[in-house]
Amino acid sequence: MSHLFGHDQPLGVQASGGTAPSFVGSFDPRVRVATAGLFAVMVVALHQVEFAFGAFLLALGTVFLTDLPLRLTLKRMAAMDGFIIVMLVMLPFTTPGTPMFSLLGADASKEGLMHAVLIGVRANAVVLMMLSLLSGLSPVALGHTLYRLKCPAALVHLMMFTVRYISVLHDEYHRLRMAMKLRGFRARNTFHTYRSIGYLFGMLLVRSLERAERVLEAMKCRGFSGHFPMIDHLEFKVRDGMLAVGFGVMIGALVLLDRMYVFAY
Amino acid sequence: MHIVDGALAPEVLIGGGVLAVAGLGLGLRKLPIDKIPATGVLSATFFVASLIHVPVGPSSVHLIMSGLAGLVLGWTAFPALFVGLLLQAVFFGFGGLTVLGVNTVNIALPAVLIGLTFRGLVTRSSPTTAAIWGGIAGASSIAVTTVFVAISLGLSGEGFVAAAKLVFFAHIPIMIIEGLISAAAIYLICKVKPELMRASDSAYDRAYDDAPYPMTTGQTAQVTPATSEANNG
Repeated sequence: MSHLFGHDQPLGVQASGGTAPSFVGSFDPRVRVATAGLFAVMVVALHQVEFAFGAFLLALGTVFLTDLPLRLTLKRMAAMDGFIIVMLVMLPFTTPGTPMFSLLGADASKEGLMHAVLIGVRANAVVLMMLSLLSGLSPVALGHTLYRLKCPAALVHLMMFTVRYISVLHDEYHRLRMAMKLRGFRARNTFHTYRSIGYLFGMLLVRSLERAERVLEAMKCRGFSGHFPMIDHLEFKVRDGMLAVGFGVMIGALVLLDRMYVFAY
Repeated sequence: MHIVDGALAPEVLIGGGVLAVAGLGLGLRKLPIDKIPATGVLSATFFVASLIHVPVGPSSVHLIMSGLAGLVLGWTAFPALFVGLLLQAVFFGFGGLTVLGVNTVNIALPAVLIGLTFRGLVTRSSPTTAAIWGGIAGASSIAVTTVFVAISLGLSGEGFVAAAKLVFFAHIPIMIIEGLISAAAIYLICKVKPELMRASDSAYDRAYDDAPYPMTTGQTAQVTPATSEANNG
């Protein structure tokens, strides 16, 4: 996965480098990051499955306004679903309420099932919207955007260093792993495996610290003065403002309707 | 270990967010500009750890190594692990945006607490004893993390209590394996480069002060002594 961070590639557009940005990609990254955050907060606040599903459709619609490969995006979403599936399946059986059907002597409740579906739909809506709104945004561009959104400079610099060295250290890991393989190492369920992996990771830490020392010296050598210039030109245009307002109204209406629906019950 | 968006109660999300911001603030105060390269590279190393899979029975799990992060980085493990989680959430869709605070607290707070508790024991012992302490630190930070995850789930609704218990018991093999791997890693570090354990305070200040010429502007030069005092105290 770390290849995503290699050579500062934006997510999902490795093949189509140099082409014009997609519709979503043409907006100011600051607006995109802010709307993705707003969407996440608002969707989590939804209580009704119907409206959560509406939010999910909204997110799915947004995917088609990006140049994200649809299959890869859905695969990534399915990977996330794999994390929560156990919890969602258990939920109907552990939530008290009207029994609906029983399996192996355990009663599944209607409330529990609705809750599980709601959680699943909300989680997928947020992930899909985030992946599509931030599509085409490279990790470095994200760092610059967060800096412009007044995140602490130290945190942004830390993130940029992390992004820069993930691919380098992943390569280093593969080199060490290759050396182990050449000496006949195979990962099994043995104490030897765990000890070897431990040595491998310890060595990775030692090497990365030595690398950091060299990096700091190289930075000092080039007259590092305590801050990094942010070399990008972000322009906030009228259409960015329109996107922000339009998106805010839409998601606000969704939450409002969701709450009114509760009273109408 | 990742909790996704939409599962937790708003109160838990807000509580986690507030705690995460406080922890980040504390961690960033211990992070002067000339320690950012070392912390960033180590943060990337711990990100790479999450890409390393080790076999467990018929399946495999990825490493977390949060105990080791706490031992090596101290309080700066908080921002370092936060950055890893942010990148995973934004670029891979693992975890989510609104639960970022809760996930950060669940993983980084045990790392920092365990790291601060065991660091003295590890640095003062012989490699073999240090490895045992390191193993205990590695296993217990995962244990505390699963307890935190269970608490965040349990506070969000009764229906989650069973899932919370399952999370804890399902992670017992992972605790054992993380403990073994952390112990081996600490043993190697103690033999090869013991100053790594002190990377987040003394080793870097010394490397910086020994520089024959003042390399930075007055602004950063003022920051460094103040922070090193804070770390020693």
